[in-house]
Order: sequence, then C-alpha cells, then structure tokens
Amino acid sequence: MSRIHAFANPQRFLRLAAFVLPWSAAATALLVAGGLYLALFASPPDYQQGEAVRIMYVHVPAAWMALFIYVVMAAASAAGLIWRHPLADMAAQAASPVGACFTFVALVTGSLWGKPMWGTWWVWDARLTSVLVLFFLYLGHIALSRAFDDPTRGSRAAAVLALVGFVNIPIIHFSVVWWNTLHQPSSVFRMGGPTVAPSMLAPLLVMALGFTFYFVTLLLVRVRTEVAARKLRVLRLGELRGGVGAGSLVPGT
Amino acid sequence: MGNISAFLDMGGYSQYVWPAYGLTALVLVVLLAVSLKAMRARERELGASERHRRKRREDRSGRQDET
Repeated sequence: MSRIHAFANPQRFLRLAAFVLPWSAAATALLVAGGLYLALFASPPDYQQGEAVRIMYVHVPAAWMALFIYVVMAAASAAGLIWRHPLADMAAQAASPVGACFTFVALVTGSLWGKPMWGTWWVWDARLTSVLVLFFLYLGHIALSRAFDDPTRGSRAAAVLALVGFVNIPIIHFSVVWWNTLHQPSSVFRMGGPTVAPSMLAPLLVMALGFTFYFVTLLLVRVRTEVAARKLRVLRLGELRGGVGAGSLVPGT
Repeated sequence: MGNISAFLDMGGYSQYVWPAYGLTALVLVVLLAVSLKAMRARERELGASERHRRKRREDRSGRQDET
C-alpha cells in the first residue's frame, strides 16, 4: 500500500513527466509524420474505394483511441475509487477530454467516409449509435468531474459514471458482430489475424502508434496542470484560514 | 504540376479526404495548444503564489525576531 503511494507521489510524477515529455512529444511528431507519408503517398488506392480509402488512416486509429482512452479512464477511475489516490483521479480527469476529441474525430471522419461509400452521412446502426453514446459518456464525464467545488467529490461522481459507462465498450467492439450493421466488421483485430494488405496495415499501425504517443504526451501535460491547480487550491485555502495552514491535502506538497 | 493537382484531386474524392485530414489535424492541434497554455498558466500562478507565501513567512519571522 505505502509502496503504491510512493509511486503515485505527485513530486515523483512531476519528475517522471519532465523526463518522459520530450521523448513522447518527439515520438508523436516522428510517428505522425511517418504515418502521414505512408497514408498519403506510399500506400496504394483501394481497388474498390479508390483514393477515398485514405480516410481510413485517420478514422480507424482515431476510433481505436476513442476506445483505448476510455479503458484507461475507467481503469484510473477504478484505482481512484479503490485506493483514493488523487493522481488516479487526475489521470481520469485528464484523459476524458482527449478521448472526447478522438471520438469526435472518429464520428466526423466516419461520416466523411460514409457519404461517398455508403451514400449517406449517418445511419442509426449499432456501431455508429454506440460510438455516439461513447461521445456523450465522455461529455458527461467532463461535466460531472467539474460540477463540484471540491475536486475530490467531482472525481468520485465522474469515476462512477466512467465505470457504469464501461458496459458500452464491449457493445461497441462487438456491435458489428451482434447486429446487422452497415458498418463493416473489424479487419485488423479479428480471429485468424488481419485481412488488410500489409501496404495498408503499415500506415494504419504507424498512425495509431503516433496517436498513442500524442495521448501519452497530452495526459502528462494535463495531469501536470491538474497537480498545479490542486496545489494552488490548497495554498489559497490555507491563506483563507489565516496564512499558516496550507497543509498538504495533496500528498507530497 | 499535373502530379500535384492529381494528388490534390484524390481521384475525385478530394471533398471528403481533405476535410477528414484537416479536421483531425485541427482538433488535435487545438487540444494540444489549449492544454499547453493551461499548464503554463497554472504553473506560473503556482510559482507566484509560492513566492508570495515564502515572502510573507519571512516577513513574519523577521517581525518576531524584532520583538
């Protein structure tokens, strides 16, 4: 227990973040640049979809990130509820706007891909609808975590929402199997391995890795912001109580 | 030149492909900029607040020494 707290110590986190940030930022830049080159120049047009297939290289990695970030957020929420550690709460709170943005990107790029390929911007099929629900879960999480004056209470409420909403994740993943959807089934994460040609799989994976490092970078930046905001809050509360208080409500301050 | 316009035309799908890439770039860059700006602002405020607190504490202990 004390060991977990030692690793989750904000001072230690800040030192780790300062060390990792430049590397994750550099990895993001390199991988996204490489991914864009592969997606726009080095990969062939699809034999059926022509050049429109290039939308896949932003749409699919963004959709993967939308799910992955939710899993990270739910895990952080569970850790926050169980061990009552502020860093876990801060991680969940830092992750949700990033997840909301990736979900939004997946929805809009999917729409832009759906129009020329399916002939419609939107259908209420199981996959599209469940991803829209995911987007609203993210928005609800953002709103709820900021709805209380006490950040700890906001985090608790938001953590419960994140855990209840987790039921949507397997629904999204299996929606294309369980229901007869217009959206195609997965051709990468499937039994028997991917059915995508290597020349198209490469940009997909490089871009997904680039997005993952982008998420790591943003998570570090946003948790640092939250650590500073909570320290500031403690300092100001201490000043209100007569200037001497300013104790360490946040461990390690 | 023909190469570039063929590339930009995206086989007739330019009105779908470029907005998809443009929107993705816009959302990710704006989120990054907003997050970095917030981090700098909070850390600057915190630094100022801590300096202020240290100064007040020094002033107070200085006054105590005099009495």
